[in-house]
Amino acid sequence: MAAGTGSGRTVSATFSPVRGWLLLPSWLVIGIFLLVPVLLMLVYSFLTKEFRGGVIWEFSLAAYDQFVFDRGLFGDDPPKIEWAYITIFVRSILQALGATVLCLLIGFPTAYFIATRPANTRAIWLFLVTIPYWVNLLIRTVSMKFLIRDNGPLNEALLAIGVIDAPLQLINTNFAVQLGLFYSYLPFMVLPIYASVERYNFALSEAASDLYAPKWTILRSILLPVVKPGIIAGCILVFVPSLGAFLAPDLLGGAKTFMIGSLIEEQFKGNAGNWPFGAAASMILLSMVLVVLLFYARAQSREQT
Amino acid sequence: MNRRFDIKHYQGFLAITCLCLFILYAPLIIVMIYSFNDSASITNWGGFSLRWYADVFTGPESEKFKLAAWNSLSIAVMAATVATTVATAAAIGMIRGGQFRGKSASFALISLPIMVPEIVTAVATLIFFSTIGFKLGTLSILVAHIVFCIPFAYLPISARLQGIEASYEEAAQDLYADRWRTFRYVLMPIMWPGILSGFLLAFIISLDDFIITNFIKGAGIETLPTAIFGSVKQGIKPNIMALSTLLLLFSIALVTLSYFIGKRGQEPYPTD
Repeated sequence: MAAGTGSGRTVSATFSPVRGWLLLPSWLVIGIFLLVPVLLMLVYSFLTKEFRGGVIWEFSLAAYDQFVFDRGLFGDDPPKIEWAYITIFVRSILQALGATVLCLLIGFPTAYFIATRPANTRAIWLFLVTIPYWVNLLIRTVSMKFLIRDNGPLNEALLAIGVIDAPLQLINTNFAVQLGLFYSYLPFMVLPIYASVERYNFALSEAASDLYAPKWTILRSILLPVVKPGIIAGCILVFVPSLGAFLAPDLLGGAKTFMIGSLIEEQFKGNAGNWPFGAAASMILLSMVLVVLLFYARAQSREQT
Repeated sequence: MNRRFDIKHYQGFLAITCLCLFILYAPLIIVMIYSFNDSASITNWGGFSLRWYADVFTGPESEKFKLAAWNSLSIAVMAATVATTVATAAAIGMIRGGQFRGKSASFALISLPIMVPEIVTAVATLIFFSTIGFKLGTLSILVAHIVFCIPFAYLPISARLQGIEASYEEAAQDLYADRWRTFRYVLMPIMWPGILSGFLLAFIISLDDFIITNFIKGAGIETLPTAIFGSVKQGIKPNIMALSTLLLLFSIALVTLSYFIGKRGQEPYPTD
């Protein structure tokens, strides 16, 4: 997010006497309808569940306790460690990391290639990469489901050319979810890396080349450190939405590929839900995301000083 | 200068770029192709036909789709309009308001909807509306959409404003224009491409949203994504592929429009 601090050349205070009024609507709208709700959600995660969905206003740590301990149906058995929810969180982190690595492997060369095109074709390449991002995520995920389903076009094509003998079971696997996440957020990886490679001064590479550095050494030791902020930004832009993704695990996965997003959604659908538990799961997800973002902000400010 | 090799070129990067584009486009193109399939089965190819497009507009589910499309479009237009207005004011306050205490806090607040995971926003909004007893429906969807559209509108608007030199407004002020006239007749015409692409971005983001809408829509109201999701849960049907193709082409048309507006915006300010 590059905006916000002003670039020096255009620092102007023409509107400073009224800036409070100009900013007020955004403070109010986001403050009342997002910040207050998030704080309320924090409160809810410490309340007692009501069985038909909703809460009883009574302080309780049950929602967080339920994550780690199984105390039986009536809550008075000796506590055992409950692995189900921990597994879901670990799986979500692994899936998000896997999607990030896949996106980086494909995204970095793509971003580099586009950034080194002549100026007149660069915009077209970049536009081609961005278009899918603007297509409805639901439609993209459904398309992926259509493509990789048991008797879908991918399996038919593989059967026809004789690579496989029986259709691959892709849908409902962790791999399908991984593929869905990768596909959903790939453009997020390409754009920030593109932006930093485009600003990279290739005279540095030329200097290294004149000093007889091998080509891949130039990439690794000269280019990579310079474009690192772009790579980190790309990784965060992929990792964060993957962690809380709902559509890819829901449509491409099954019960064995449950992720945080599906767990949260389940608590608020129908009558079986547990609102405090869903609020607690959301709080844990939000905290994880905020830790990643704070880590990023610190790394970035260190980079600048 | 004679080099041992072209230092910009790496073997295989072109192939990976093509693979990247292939992965991005293959599923969409295949769904587009199958939307023209004459067969009612989604597996076998029965020849070219437009019957599923006719089905979207006149078939048994057409009333549902039309209503959902109307809901989606009207919410997107209203949410994007309000969000763009709020974001334009905020951008001027942030970038033309000088240095002030709480500037980075304001920026954090404006970016909050992007930073909070969508599913968390959905849960928080549902809890909020249910606590204050706000009836779930079109209005609750609209309010939620305005919130998450603001940062998407803000980014291109503020980027455009940052690129505009202060001398234009200062000249207007020297000529005794008040702040409103400075904005209306000097700043706004120069900011216009930014405002327009902010609006289009917010519009697409609103049209695209599934997760938040699904949580807070209440019973009986559908937008296009929630209607499609409900249908797909029972299996992918050919009419859904036709509907998806239409929506997909609509989004691409809007993005292309926004791209060309943005491109015009990069040109020097009009001098005539």
